[in-house]
Amino acid sequence: MTARTITISPVTRIEGHATIAIELDDDGNVADSKVHFQSIRGFEKFVEGKPAEEIPRIVTRICGICPWHHHLASNKAVDRCFGVTPTPAGHKLRELIQTIAHAEDKLLHFFFLAAADFVIGPDADYAVRNVIGIAKANPELAKQVVTMRYKAKMILENFAGKSIHPVAGVPGGFARPMSEKDRQWILADMREIQDFALFAIDFAKKEVFPKYLDTIKMLGVINTGFIGTVDDNGALNLYDGRIRLMKPDGSYTDFDPQDYTDYIGEKTVDWSYGKFPYAKAWGEGFSLDLDEPKGIYRANTLARINAADKMATPRAQAELEEFRELFGRPAQATLLYHYARLIEEVYACEHAIEMLEDPEITSPDVRAEAEPGAGRGVGCVEAPRGTLIHDYTTDENGLIKTANLIVGTTHNLGPINMSVNQAARALIQNGNVDEGLLNKVEMSVRAYDP
Amino acid sequence: MPAKIGIDWLNACAGCEISIIDLGPRLLKVLELVEFVHLPALMDHKYYNQLGDGAHLTLPEADVGIITGSIRNEEHLEVAREMRKKCGAVIAMGTCATHGGIPALCNSFTTDEILSRYYSTETTDPIDAIPSDGLPALLDGCYAVDEKIDVDILLPGCPPHSDQIFETLVAFLEGRPAVLREKSVCDTCLTIREGKGKVGKLHRYLSAPDYGTTDDSTAKMRCLLEQGLLCMGPVTLAGCCGETGEPRCISARVPCRGCYGPVEKDGNQRLDMLNALVSNGIDISGLSETTSMLRFTGAHGMLRPAGSRR
Repeated sequence: MTARTITISPVTRIEGHATIAIELDDDGNVADSKVHFQSIRGFEKFVEGKPAEEIPRIVTRICGICPWHHHLASNKAVDRCFGVTPTPAGHKLRELIQTIAHAEDKLLHFFFLAAADFVIGPDADYAVRNVIGIAKANPELAKQVVTMRYKAKMILENFAGKSIHPVAGVPGGFARPMSEKDRQWILADMREIQDFALFAIDFAKKEVFPKYLDTIKMLGVINTGFIGTVDDNGALNLYDGRIRLMKPDGSYTDFDPQDYTDYIGEKTVDWSYGKFPYAKAWGEGFSLDLDEPKGIYRANTLARINAADKMATPRAQAELEEFRELFGRPAQATLLYHYARLIEEVYACEHAIEMLEDPEITSPDVRAEAEPGAGRGVGCVEAPRGTLIHDYTTDENGLIKTANLIVGTTHNLGPINMSVNQAARALIQNGNVDEGLLNKVEMSVRAYDP
Repeated sequence: MPAKIGIDWLNACAGCEISIIDLGPRLLKVLELVEFVHLPALMDHKYYNQLGDGAHLTLPEADVGIITGSIRNEEHLEVAREMRKKCGAVIAMGTCATHGGIPALCNSFTTDEILSRYYSTETTDPIDAIPSDGLPALLDGCYAVDEKIDVDILLPGCPPHSDQIFETLVAFLEGRPAVLREKSVCDTCLTIREGKGKVGKLHRYLSAPDYGTTDDSTAKMRCLLEQGLLCMGPVTLAGCCGETGEPRCISARVPCRGCYGPVEKDGNQRLDMLNALVSNGIDISGLSETTSMLRFTGAHGMLRPAGSRR
């Protein structure tokens, strides 16, 4: 019997729309909890009949925080539908810009959304437990954060036209070449952002994580598999590669993104508009049971660094080794998503600089001509929030017949429900509820950066 | 006393909120002038009390309420009405709030069609019923905010440029009307227009336009419409470039798709564009469909399901 329900609405400092409902029994203990994901817009339907080359400029509106990733996954799907291969420079410019978008996104999430829980404290008054509170408590840090994130964002804006809801990716490549002058200033800015990324991970390792080690080991911890993209050498890749689906015991299968329907299914539950992807290929069905989950895997930063054998750049690799020394592989503690995010931040900066030093990045040959036609294409990238899949079919005029989308965050909808359930049961006992406890329940969601 | 501001996102993507954060160094200045009392993207004020035990959705009183996103479900409607009740002025920010935005493309279909496709894709296990437990019921379509509540200030853009967000906020705080661009995207475009009658037929955007060399600015590029590409610049409100600079898509050598909505608030971008093309003798038979011209403005009854009179 439910004696009362606690409604945390809206879940805040996340990107989407969610409500947490925690049901307490007569003794004030948690009987059940649900995370209601409230958004449904229907992109799968309303892109039908539109020219495929227009879709990369429409699906960006799925997410204003990670529009670059939808834009590029969509372009990759259209490339395949039309049978066009991007020119080498077009491919590289897409990857470079996507990598810089990752670098910007991780600063945004860690400092603007999540950090207040650690820097101001999980129990602090909600009026100051936010980035504005950080700006008042630590104006120097806030100034640095605002400046560095802005710098990354303005690279996207000034070179690629639009940073929010971008347009510069096109079927067959990229819309404009990079001049030597652009390359120079972007490289200088990325070096500064890399310095800040190295500062950020040191800051977190010294000032943040050690203070919360007990919380990290306890809050929202569940046992699941993981998904992430790797290159031919098994190193983490954000733009392209094979998808690796890892079981909770660390064993894994790699597959071509074109074959994703053989591996991933989506379950619908009565309390969420958002569907819950699960590992169909494991053949064990679907269950969110905390002791015996079935088919459950996680995506996003922690998942990617668990799935990958290594990082392709030296400083990020050193950070990964240090992380694995402490937490093993696969690491399951949910709050480690934040730590993994900062390792990926280092990688994104290093990799962007590598690409900017590649002479081909300034080649004028950025776009291959495309011919509209019938086909099917699966486009996949690692969005900040997880493995992002766009799957289109087109008719003979190159208009969209069907579209199927599996969005990064949705891989984590089942795991978020589990983490909230675990956190609520551990924290709320005998009817004792306060704001700090409820915020800690939300912290188990925020780690996933949904 | 700093002005109190409440911001909420409805049927939205967070792009408008990111554009607020893209104020960058100016954000720190804004924080000195205002106090945010509700802003789910960045702070933890809750609808049902901080302990989650309130019976009704409640927002704090504020001098100004900003709504991003359109209205698609019962909760969006409740939030919009509560904001109207508690705020001195209401700003509809972003093209979703002012004209429906991209999500209003759903208005070409019935809600049943939208749901039945979403819950029957190739990867979705069959379902018995559409989810409903604890979820806000969907309305019959996607509405602009001013279709449901009175709105004082409309600031379109997908997203609005942070220059315009800054000017709108500062003007409000200073008690004066904001000074924003009023003409069309073309009036802010640097490209070369040579005149009428030379375009012939429109073609799809599947190859690069002629933009000269890597180092050439767009001031050396011929107008994309005159190069035979559909560009919505003539019928789209200016402002995407902020208070300086050039239209953002054009700067990437990509034609405009109309994200700021019509030049006049109640204009019809599809009708105006088709008129402009035909009156300039341009062959529009190459256009595969035209609902895309209303991709940002499908609310206010502009897009409807086939055969419906909703």
